[in-house]
Amino acid sequence: MSAPAEETQKYRDHEGPYFGNFGGRWMPESLVAALDEVERTFREAKADPAFIAEFQRLSRDYTGRPSLLTEVTRFAAEAGPARMFLKREDLNHTGSHKINNVLGQALLAQRMGKTRLIAETGAGQHGVATATAAALMGMECVVYMGSADTKRQALNVARMRLLGAEVVPVDHGAQTLKDAINEALRDWVASVENTHYLLGTVAGPHPFPEMVRWFHQIIGEEAREQILSMEGRLPDAVAACVGGGSNAMGLFHGFLDDPEVALYGFEAGGDGVETGRHASAITLGRSGVLHGARSFLMQDEDGQTVDSHSISAGLDYPSVGPEHAYLAETGRATYEPVTDAECMASFEMLCRTEGIIPAIESAHALAGAARLSRSWGEAGEGKIIIINLSGRGDKDVETAAEWFRLLPGQKNDPVAETDTAENGADGPSPAPETGVQG
Amino acid sequence: MSTTTAVDQRPATPASKTERAIEAARAQGRAAFVGYLPAGYPDKETSIAAAIELARNGADVIEIGVPYSDPVMDGPVIQQATTEVLARGFRLPEVFEIVEAVVEATDAAVLVMTYYNLIDRMGAEEFASRLAAAGGAGAITPDLIPDEAGEWIAATDRHGLDRVFLTAPSSSPERVEKIVAASRGFVYGVSVMGVTGARDQVSDAAERVVAAAKSAGAERVCVGLGVSTRSHVEEIGRYADGVIVGTALVTALRDGGPSAVATLTAELTGAGASR
Ligand SMILES: Cc1ncc(COP(=O)(O)O)c(C=O)c1O
Repeated sequence: MSAPAEETQKYRDHEGPYFGNFGGRWMPESLVAALDEVERTFREAKADPAFIAEFQRLSRDYTGRPSLLTEVTRFAAEAGPARMFLKREDLNHTGSHKINNVLGQALLAQRMGKTRLIAETGAGQHGVATATAAALMGMECVVYMGSADTKRQALNVARMRLLGAEVVPVDHGAQTLKDAINEALRDWVASVENTHYLLGTVAGPHPFPEMVRWFHQIIGEEAREQILSMEGRLPDAVAACVGGGSNAMGLFHGFLDDPEVALYGFEAGGDGVETGRHASAITLGRSGVLHGARSFLMQDEDGQTVDSHSISAGLDYPSVGPEHAYLAETGRATYEPVTDAECMASFEMLCRTEGIIPAIESAHALAGAARLSRSWGEAGEGKIIIINLSGRGDKDVETAAEWFRLLPGQKNDPVAETDTAENGADGPSPAPETGVQG
Repeated sequence: MSTTTAVDQRPATPASKTERAIEAARAQGRAAFVGYLPAGYPDKETSIAAAIELARNGADVIEIGVPYSDPVMDGPVIQQATTEVLARGFRLPEVFEIVEAVVEATDAAVLVMTYYNLIDRMGAEEFASRLAAAGGAGAITPDLIPDEAGEWIAATDRHGLDRVFLTAPSSSPERVEKIVAASRGFVYGVSVMGVTGARDQVSDAAERVVAAAKSAGAERVCVGLGVSTRSHVEEIGRYADGVIVGTALVTALRDGGPSAVATLTAELTGAGASR
């Protein structure tokens, strides 16, 4: 094949450990041997047709890939001038994109002879996916989850337990995703002999950012083929929510070297970045090291991690995968915050206009894309945005019901103002954030 | 052990404060005792008093742990202590004040033990310069591997500070060589695969960790993680150049204040009996 001579840098070909100034391995020495083993196994597996065939078989027959690309005309019409297509990762088995990476890493764990999987989880989607793979492959499974998140995502805690996993609530720190990762790392240091740490996003030490991206690349590859065959052209923009950044990296990867396609990542803006209660690591963070990677990090003047806040447990993380930090620094991708309120408005709009209940994480991408479409004005007519619908919203029904005052006994008022007023001048936050208070 | 000849071949006074402290213990025919306490726990003055008790009761090297929001190498006891310190509004410059106070009051080599983002945020050069100005001997960095340590190595060289990297039971021979070459002061031999916390037994991995570091050329290897009794100290002292105790001392400080630290240190170092 004669590939066209490529003048521009190939973003797609980037491998770890570094993405520009970001990435690396800022990790205790005790874990370096395990990381080396994972890296070696990953590189061998990628080159092994039997591994690829097994991963593809599971993706097709178990996950249900390829996932659909659905045009949402009623939602798009309310949002602005552009046309919108959803990449339906919500239709995957277990209800989110997380299963792609989990099946890949679980196969690697088997290849390494590991019998136990551990994972962190925020929204519970990654924990559910890991518990699912462990059940499928006959492995032991322990999932660490911040205790604030076990409350706001109680449904997923029950799902994991049904699947045979042990769920360990983590009471330290902010009791959210970051603290769950700390605890998983502590487990791994002591258990690495028989245990694989199945990290759920494109963060962490090398080789996780590169490897997790690789298992999610299928999202962008499918989306690219689908839009080409449906519309005969590439989209003008693709959009995804960014917590650690795995669903975004998976979608972006299909378009990284198409300069005409704009890439948008939407971070959790919480109560608004100006309030300090948010999870917008790229927008307001600065370079630092956490959980094994150099990236943008929400930190105070001393370098202590600042607690993040978001209505979405899955985006409630004070850092971001290093490749996103790199794409932000080079300007290849644009990252913007979306507040809880903006997110929930789009959440409701998708429910009402399309009959699809999105994960609250994914609703950040919907809101960001709607804002983008509006910002184009008339020029947006006929433009195409692909949005990653990274997960379905079953797990969020309770949070949404509280937000919209749909529960028996609640007045049908928007909850946003009253809650902000109650929590307004609280200085150092007194109690762990548990999403919307009822 | 053929330590005497080895000692004689070294310069009489190594530039490194930590090396001098360890060699002084060796000259007395024993392994150095390294005691860890968190900065500012339970408050600044008490933490200084407790560290001084460490030195008075036989500690040769003192590690002042810097409280950090995400201490992945620490078990529940140290986590709880450092979380309390952070909750009362601890700020980083307090560490340098504590180091300075302990250096003034004792002859021990005083190192800080810090997760790397705290150094990174201040800037490696600035951190090293302030640590040196406070009289600190150097730093132990539990989540920094030599592969990522370019700036820190340069900064510690400029300021004549020791930098202690960790070597683990899982470290390959190539990695052990890299770690030994990058370290100054001593090499921290991690005795078990795990986090900090008192344990009943010393893992048999510890002796292999020391042997691996020695065969890679390390002159001083101290062993830590899980050491909590006098018999652990004696056992490790037979093959290592120093013994590191943390959690047991933090528990003593928590439950009985500086005087409990004094009693436990005397017991662990053998200073309580006859030395
Ligand atoms: C549905 C869904 N989308 C997105 C995320 C955020 O993760 P990432 O940024 O790695 O895609 C999560 C995490 O829990 C999730 O459950």
